Amino acid sequence: MTDDPGLAIRGLTKSFGEIEAVAGVELDVPRGAVFGLLGPDGAGKSTLIRMLATVLVPDAGDAEIFGLSAAHSPDRLTPRIGYMSQRFSMYPDLSVAENLEFFARIRGVPKPRRRERAPELLESMGMAPFAKRQARLLSGGMKQKLMLASTLMHDPDLLLLDEPTTGVDPVSRREFWRILADIHAEGRTVLVATPYMDEAERCTHVGFMDAGRITHSGTPQELKDAIPGTLLEVIAPDPRAVLAALRDQPGISGAHLLGNTVRVLVARRLADEAPPPGSAVIPDTVRDLLPANAEIRPVEMDMESVFSHLAEEAAA
Amino acid sequence: MDVHDHPTTAERDPGAALFVRGLVKTFGSFTAVAGIDVDVPRGQVFGFLGPNGSGKTTTIRMLTGSIAPTAGEAFVLGEDVIRHPERVRARIGYMSQKFSLFEDLTVAENLRFYAQIHGLGRDEFAERRAWILHMAGLQGREDELARNLSVGWRQRLSLGTATIHSPELIFLDEPTSGVDPVARRQFWELLYELAEQGITLFVTTHYMDEATHCNRLAFVYGGKLIAQGTPTELRDSFGPGATLEDVFVGLEEQSRLRGDDR
Repeated sequence: MTDDPGLAIRGLTKSFGEIEAVAGVELDVPRGAVFGLLGPDGAGKSTLIRMLATVLVPDAGDAEIFGLSAAHSPDRLTPRIGYMSQRFSMYPDLSVAENLEFFARIRGVPKPRRRERAPELLESMGMAPFAKRQARLLSGGMKQKLMLASTLMHDPDLLLLDEPTTGVDPVSRREFWRILADIHAEGRTVLVATPYMDEAERCTHVGFMDAGRITHSGTPQELKDAIPGTLLEVIAPDPRAVLAALRDQPGISGAHLLGNTVRVLVARRLADEAPPPGSAVIPDTVRDLLPANAEIRPVEMDMESVFSHLAEEAAA
Repeated sequence: MDVHDHPTTAERDPGAALFVRGLVKTFGSFTAVAGIDVDVPRGQVFGFLGPNGSGKTTTIRMLTGSIAPTAGEAFVLGEDVIRHPERVRARIGYMSQKFSLFEDLTVAENLRFYAQIHGLGRDEFAERRAWILHMAGLQGREDELARNLSVGWRQRLSLGTATIHSPELIFLDEPTSGVDPVARRQFWELLYELAEQGITLFVTTHYMDEATHCNRLAFVYGGKLIAQGTPTELRDSFGPGATLEDVFVGLEEQSRLRGDDR
């Protein structure tokens, strides 16, 4: 990754009536990053993305994207951006190939390039056998891939993806992220909003948005490091009972289920203390709340805990 | 499909939430559901998993009496849903991917609308309304328009409208798609509360962490049921350290290689 400016967003603001959806966003996204935009529902993520995509004009502030102003030179910027909205926006009665052809023509992609690009994209996404299928007959995962392919026809430098994998099954989701990895390797910048914390883990950078503002941003590791406390994993026969016992107890800042285990965020940062030989790294306050046969061990911070912590912090 | 292949009267537990044998649905030349057998005891959280387009929603629509199967039989809460869909409908709830709320009605009006559909009496409605507002944390928001609620609230209100008539079994079709992690977790806590009251939940989800919290899981692919068991059984069948996501991906790959696609 270079230090090239990718996106430099300053004071970006947008209101709808009395509601300030985006309230002065300040954010830098390095060129070539896969940037995960996280945050609770209604935080303003989609509105932010739509301003970056130049489909919505900001009330105040600006986003400089590859040195071009989104507010002042949208026409010069649009050709370099691919935007995928939450809704399926392809023509249901056109085939996969026809949809790609249509959207590329609108974008002014020359015919020889369209001829070359469409099969290349379909091939790389494993969609070549479906080129002639009507878009409405595609499965959920295929529809998402078609939309992604359509946003890539004009070789954009920045991809804006608004929850592209919502409602998509795990296999298709994995496949979608494999394709994003290729796009990243081609040097394009990707900004992707997602409610999936395992996807957040795969981003080079993430930002947490709440009430119209970016409250935290950095690499996933930086955000994890900024969370005060230590994450513990508890394995016990009845994880839900463990969760109930731990909730709202002093010294515990969060707890959630992960698979059959319970993950507990204890306020004290245990790693700072040298664990005495044997075990005893677990505070007695936690140990006492758990069944005697529970296994407890410190684990690496996860994005799910980061999200909960930041969401609670924002609500407080 | 010959129903006599299945000695149903002998093996059918009249108390079961679901007893399904050889369920088939075709649309023209397309077989959406290709012979599914499912047993769900009462009070379970049952996860119904599979890739997009594998027949999950079609199966739910048959079990809720919305569409008639092409073949097979299905008993829901002991009632034959094919012969008596209306009897079944009075005792089940259904929450779809698209929350069926009236955007221009308030929270209270949405609840009243569904109460009227189900013919709840005044006292019963008052009681259910209070319970749902409490359950969903919507007290004080009775007069807000549904469209002004955040996704998490809408989702809980939607669950409220699906449970207004005290159903014994609730079908939830991808109820948490696109919901943020905290709201999603709160929603599952509501589901557990319902399960603890003895209500059976039949849930489809693409979130494997949610699937882990089901008592039992069934995987469908190409309209067929290809595996079922508890989350632990399914993980163990894939070897040490396997996650449910590994199971999901593995099962789909196996099926595709076998050519189970329709």
